[in-house]
Formats: sequence, structure tokens, C-alpha cells
Amino acid sequence: MKAALAHIEEHLIATLETVSDPEIPVLTVLDLGVIREATEKNGQIHIKLTPTYSGCPAMDVIGDDLETAFAKIGMTTKVQLVLAPAWTTDWISEGGKRKMEEYGIASPLDETGDKEVLLGNAKIVKCTNCGSRNTHLVSQFGSTACKALFKCDACLEPFDYFKCLK
Amino acid sequence: MKKNVYQYILSIADNSLILGQRLGELCGHGPNLETDIALTNISLDLLGQTRSYFQYAALLAGDDKTEDDIAFIRIEREYRSILLVEQPNTHFGYVIARQFLFDVYHLLFMEKLQFSKDETLSAIAKKGIKEVSYHERFSSDWVKRLGDGTEVSKLKMQEAINDLWRYTDEMFHVSASDKAMISEGIGVDVVALKERYYAKVTEVLSDAMLEVPEGKYFQKGGKEGIHTEHMGYILSDLQYMQRSYPNMKW
Ligand SMILES: [Zn+2]
Repeated sequence: MKAALAHIEEHLIATLETVSDPEIPVLTVLDLGVIREATEKNGQIHIKLTPTYSGCPAMDVIGDDLETAFAKIGMTTKVQLVLAPAWTTDWISEGGKRKMEEYGIASPLDETGDKEVLLGNAKIVKCTNCGSRNTHLVSQFGSTACKALFKCDACLEPFDYFKCLK
Repeated sequence: MKKNVYQYILSIADNSLILGQRLGELCGHGPNLETDIALTNISLDLLGQTRSYFQYAALLAGDDKTEDDIAFIRIEREYRSILLVEQPNTHFGYVIARQFLFDVYHLLFMEKLQFSKDETLSAIAKKGIKEVSYHERFSSDWVKRLGDGTEVSKLKMQEAINDLWRYTDEMFHVSASDKAMISEGIGVDVVALKERYYAKVTEVLSDAMLEVPEGKYFQKGGKEGIHTEHMGYILSDLQYMQRSYPNMKW
């Protein structure tokens, strides 16, 4: 279930790359894997957008930003929100995960690892500040719905962890 | 048939709406920053699910109704939420008990709703399961921390569970319109969830060193639109802007 399943027309990629997640601005909508379809028909762009979390307030903003980005090159856009198949953190691109780490958010572990760290059973989340795995969960819910709050016991810095969603 | 589905959606969505509103009241009032953020995140998930349900209901209604009309412009008797979710934020233990008693049910419910013959309801459930399992983990953990905590936290947690216990049976009450939805494979047969629900709740309460209440007296009415005295206050808050300035947007 990789992002390759998304149907995105080649010539729209450059414009899509100018739109980013308002809450994690280093990630473009393509990095995040929320664009499931982008096609052009009779001079109009059709985009299918899927939310990360149901209540994610970034989705309305992303929809508006997509319209604005294509309006700049003289195109009108119809954005449709689709729920199925449900978004998973597997759809975040490898480049996206790297950018996320550099930005200070630990990228999602696989399902098993994620469960272990959120239950407090394993110390495997790497501190984005010093790289130590001597970290612990402070709260399952962080600054946004998709993140948990961690603290590093080596350098004592708090940091966000992007929760695994499958 | 369409009308039945519409009503059925409200009966699911109103639980998320009213509980989401209750949790939203705690924004900036949580006992500490982490729990404050957690509770409002849960609120956001619930309101997000509510929007998906109401957008679909508005589509089925077919007239000019919008999701906002459904959320804001109804009278109390038209809300189908269960009595549990409208209970007030008395204290943190109470908030956690209410959340826990709902989350266990909510997760079991969503796990079944994902197999609904209605594609949209199935999609909303599949998306929601992931969120609700985080909620359940959060509230169960806190039940254990408070139950197995200090003498005072244990007492408060036990009282909250005892007090809210009377609202648990309503979740498994099947209304006439629910029945039609179940037989069509759209709705969830909640009666079949009852045993697993009480087993799961009992397991967590035992881990938390708390007693499972023995109360046999249960309250119901919310599913028929007959609410407790708390509901009017929630609605006056929830509906204030739309009632004072109809059709306002921001
Ligand atoms: Zn560190």
C-alpha cells in the first residue's frame, strides 16, 4: 500500500509540490501522501484529497491552498475529500520522513514498534535533537492529532513523534 | 429507507457531537498541559467524525440542508445521543470515567460498522477505528492510574464509575428504526456487543483495583430524544451563534 497507488498526472506535480502541510510546513502534500488523485479534464483540475485524521483542521486549509496554487497558473480546481481507503503513515514518502526528522519530528515506526513505545514497553524512538534512544513517552497526544509527545532522557529535550497509523 | 438511514446516522453522529462538545469545554482547563491537549485532540477527532457523518446525512436529505444545519438547528428532542455523553465535566476522574465507558463501546461499535453494507458508513468507520483505539488506550490508562493511585484518586474514580454506570445499558438498547437498519446489514446489532463490552470494562476496572458496580438500575431515553437536564445547557452553548446570527460563517 505505497503512495504509488495514487493517480497523479505528471504535469501537475510541480504545482502540487508548492503546497505544503500548514502544520508541518517542510512536508508537501505529495510527501504526506494525502493526494490520491490529480487529473486534468477539459481545462479543469480534479483532485481527490484524503484526510490524515478525521478532524484534521489542516485539510480545509490544504483544499484552499490547492485551489490558490492552481489559480496562479490560470487553472480552476475541484477538490473532493475521500475517506476510503483510509490514509496510513505508509503513504508518507521516504523523502518526507527524512524532512520530518530534520524538522524535529521523529518519523513513525512500524505498527509493532509503535504499539510498544506508546505502551511504554520499549525505548526505540530516536531523539531528533541528539539521536539517543533513551527517550520516553510523555503523552499519547501531542501538539496535533497525528503526533505524540516524547522527552529525551539523554539531552532532556522534548520532541514530537509522528504516530503510526494503519 | 433513505429516511431511516438519515435517522440512523444521526443516532451515531450525535454521540460524537455531544461528547466532542463536552470535551471542547475543557480546552484550557485540563489539569495539566498534556491532558488538556489530549482531551481536546479527542474532541477534534470526534467532531471530525461528526462532520463526515453529517456531510453524508445532508447529502441523503437531498434538500438544501448543510452539515451545519444538522449540527446546530435542531431542537433538543431531535438529538439522538445517549445520556452518558451529555453528563457534565464534574471533575477529571469523572471526565475520564465517562470517556472510558464510551470509548470501549465506541471501538466495538466501529469495528462492526466497518462491515456495513453502506459504503460511506463503512469508510467513516474504517477511518475512525484508528482514532478511537487511541482514545480507548488513553482513557483506560487513566482509569488505571487514578484507580490504582492515591486514596483520594481511587475514591473519586470509583464514585465516578458508580455514578455513570446507570447510563451504560442504553448503548445496547435497539430502537425500532435501528432494527430496520440492522436487518438490512447497514446498522450494527448493538445487543451482540454487550457481553464483550462488560467483559472489557471489567478487565480494565480490575486492573485499576476498582470495583465493578453492582447497580441494576439503568437510565435510558437519549436515543428517543428524551435527555437529562444537562442537555439544554450544552445546546444553548453549541447553538448560540447560529441562533443569534442565523447562517453566519467565519
Ligand atoms: Zn536527545
